Amino acid sequence: MIVILAIIFPFFMAFFVPFLYKRVQSKHIGWFVLLVPLLLFILLASFVPSVAGGAHYTYTVQWIDSFGINFTTNLDGLSMIFGLLITGVGSLVILYSIYYLSEREALGRFYVYLLMFMGAMLGVVFSDNVMVLYVFWELTSISSFLLIAFWYHRKQSRYGAKKSMLITVSGGVAMLAGFLMLHTLTGTFSLREMVGEMGSLDTSDPLFYMAMILILLGAFTKSAQFPFHIWLPDAMEAPTPVSAYLHSATMVKAGIYLVARFTPIFGGEAVWFYSITCVGIFTLFWGSFNAVRQTDLKALLAYSTISQLGLIMSLLGIGSMAVSNSNESNLLIFTAATFAGLFHLINHSTFKGALFMVVGIVDHELGTRDIRRLGGLMSFMPLTFTVALIGSFSMAGLPPFNGFLSKEMFFEAVVQLSQLDLISNGAIRVLIPVVAWVASVFTFIYSMIIVFKTFLGMPQSDRVDKEAHEPPVGMLIAPFVLSFLVVGIFIFPNLVGRFLLTPAMAAVFPMHQGLEGLVPHISAWHGVNPQLLMTVGVIVAGSLMYVSFKRWKRVYAIGPLRWNLDALYNFVLLKTENGSNLLTTRYMTGYLRDYFVYIFAFFIAVAVGGLFWIGNLEIDLSKDAAVTVNEYIIIAVMMLAGLSILFAKSRKTAILLNGVLGYSIAILFVVLRAPDLALTQIVVETVTTVLFLLCFYFLPEWKREDTKRTTKLVNGFIAVAVGSIVTILALMVQGDKLFTSISFYFEDAYRLAGGKNIVNTILGDFRAFDTMLEVVVLFIAGIGVFSLIKLKAKKGEKDIGNQ
Amino acid sequence: METLITLLVGVLVTIAVYLLLSRNMIRVILGTAILSHAIHLLILTMGGLKKGGVPLIGDEPADYTDALPQALILTAIVISFAVTAFLLVLAYRTYKETGSDNLDTLRGVNDE
Repeated sequence: MIVILAIIFPFFMAFFVPFLYKRVQSKHIGWFVLLVPLLLFILLASFVPSVAGGAHYTYTVQWIDSFGINFTTNLDGLSMIFGLLITGVGSLVILYSIYYLSEREALGRFYVYLLMFMGAMLGVVFSDNVMVLYVFWELTSISSFLLIAFWYHRKQSRYGAKKSMLITVSGGVAMLAGFLMLHTLTGTFSLREMVGEMGSLDTSDPLFYMAMILILLGAFTKSAQFPFHIWLPDAMEAPTPVSAYLHSATMVKAGIYLVARFTPIFGGEAVWFYSITCVGIFTLFWGSFNAVRQTDLKALLAYSTISQLGLIMSLLGIGSMAVSNSNESNLLIFTAATFAGLFHLINHSTFKGALFMVVGIVDHELGTRDIRRLGGLMSFMPLTFTVALIGSFSMAGLPPFNGFLSKEMFFEAVVQLSQLDLISNGAIRVLIPVVAWVASVFTFIYSMIIVFKTFLGMPQSDRVDKEAHEPPVGMLIAPFVLSFLVVGIFIFPNLVGRFLLTPAMAAVFPMHQGLEGLVPHISAWHGVNPQLLMTVGVIVAGSLMYVSFKRWKRVYAIGPLRWNLDALYNFVLLKTENGSNLLTTRYMTGYLRDYFVYIFAFFIAVAVGGLFWIGNLEIDLSKDAAVTVNEYIIIAVMMLAGLSILFAKSRKTAILLNGVLGYSIAILFVVLRAPDLALTQIVVETVTTVLFLLCFYFLPEWKREDTKRTTKLVNGFIAVAVGSIVTILALMVQGDKLFTSISFYFEDAYRLAGGKNIVNTILGDFRAFDTMLEVVVLFIAGIGVFSLIKLKAKKGEKDIGNQ
Repeated sequence: METLITLLVGVLVTIAVYLLLSRNMIRVILGTAILSHAIHLLILTMGGLKKGGVPLIGDEPADYTDALPQALILTAIVISFAVTAFLLVLAYRTYKETGSDNLDTLRGVNDE
């Protein structure tokens, strides 16, 4: 119950922010918003001991029960980690943003989006129902879109927002299809029930693999895995607090959450293992390789985030083999990998959050984040430098910081994987640890770039506009809290292991519950082993390459390495836009006639097609009433009058002929026992004719239509076709009365409604609401007529439509 | 009788469609007016024609012709009148603003 409230609370508060924003001074709005994640964090933290004790909390609110879609929340170990990250990092980011954003910004809007995101993200990790999860998933994409485009007057912001939206939402739609396929297989939308059915799933069903791939697409696009990573660097156009929060700590981890969540269902399958591990490892390499050449600090961090996400992804991929493995010693290798992945997830949020905030501070104080213009800031901002140092060294995998622990565990996982005979292909077995090591070397290099290029070296005060100095204290609180965590986790890693990772492991591997060694003991010193040697190698090679960076920089100019996925994205987008524009302008011609032709052609096609499909053109005329001579005459007059309209030379003739039609219909109504209709028809026809004539006073006499002969023929053909189809259909319907009439009911009108005129009682009593709405239509038409005649566009507004 | 009226409906629909496809605004409006005439007759025919007396309850119980289509048509007549009136004023205003009653010159999109 509380979990549902926790999801709704941010949305609820987001609703009030605009009202509050008008009343309080804009600077203070952030403090009010800060309360939301802080309260939620405390609330969630109070559940940590019981969740660590193995408890989980589910609660269901009925929604669309008949489809099995209910608002079910589930708080277990895995969602707890994410919940704490979302609210914890959220609190720090909001605190930071209070000082980062100036009062002149549209703070109300900013915090509304941020709270919306927070609620959506909590919804993603706490939803048990995949349909609800999907809704929240897309909501995070939308709020991310809004936040990236926060400075929407900048072209780059709009470009980045659109790109991230297109990529993540198309992944989301693929994921939705995957969810539906899973539903077909399991018959449930509930994640817990799906996990419960994992043994009985038919893995030979093609849908199973389709669902797997589609869900992976969702996870990969969201978590910026190669080749979908291209949106993340462009998302850096968002204000830095947003980048720190959405695009490094929380939203991009949603894909990782999804993979971890579905591990019990898909884990153990070779496709799942290979695609996640290989994509992850390659993303790790590609991200770190590209991070090194960036000159914008934020872009560098973006590529580094991509790379770190790849690292976590690959660990989860390796760990997924634990699901089907029964060999105890191998099993522990796999579970240790998942454990390392979840551990690194927490660590990454701490050090990357701190680094983003440092870059934000530098940007804020100096007005630039270009490393070519920075340098020597250590003496001006020693506190910021400390945070940067801690964050970068942790990212590089150096002791005594938490990154060292998880990096060692990562090395251990890949080394042990290559020693197993699980992978038959020897090349891949060697390649995985090698690529992982090389990627770590690049990670080391870019971590050093952040520290040394920005804070050491010669100050370049002539190349920056502002004087360098420490930021306000408030801006330093959040990064300092995070760097304390970086060091704190290194000193007490098993506290995290005991309270956060143990229940999370139980959630990822429900089948291995109570397994000895599922949660390994984390220690910094294992003696001299391969992973320590790898770390030493990373430091040595990384330092050498950092020093000689200028010499091998040209690598980036080599052809295949310059292949640009961004260019591909732009090209495809441009072509699609042009193509659809071309297509649309081709049929949306702006001619009313063309649109009518589409409508009638469609009608003809459907009706004729339908008639052929039925293939039974029975027309029964036996029940026809008799016709008198007078009626023949009236009908003949009407047909003649109608046809003459087509050939009328002047509009007056045409309108009078239309009058003939109308009055003849009134006579027909009399003959056909409908006196009320006849009366109404006469009145309406008179008024209509008068209106037409009145209008002619203002309109020009109609000219001879110089329409082309072929066009006329086509028009004639369409008209005759439509007329004949209507006739045929009407004749067919008459011969075949499928139902008895319901009109006998109304014949009791006197008793039921107290009226003797049946038509009147239907209108005024039985179907009075219809009549009321009819009056509303008349009223609306009246307003339309009045405004068209009376209202004139003011000067200056006249051409507003053409602008 | 039904067959005859249905044929009349067919002819009227043909005329209306032809008028709708022309490019003069008044002709298009005339088309809509004639189309509604045709449809009113069609609805009436669907209920069966001359199958009883006028649907006014007298003292003696009697057979009445189907009253429901008549009620529907009554509503339809009024609404089609409203639509015609609105279209006419729209045509008037359009002509006043643009100086044209030719739909082909009122496209609003540019040729590329």
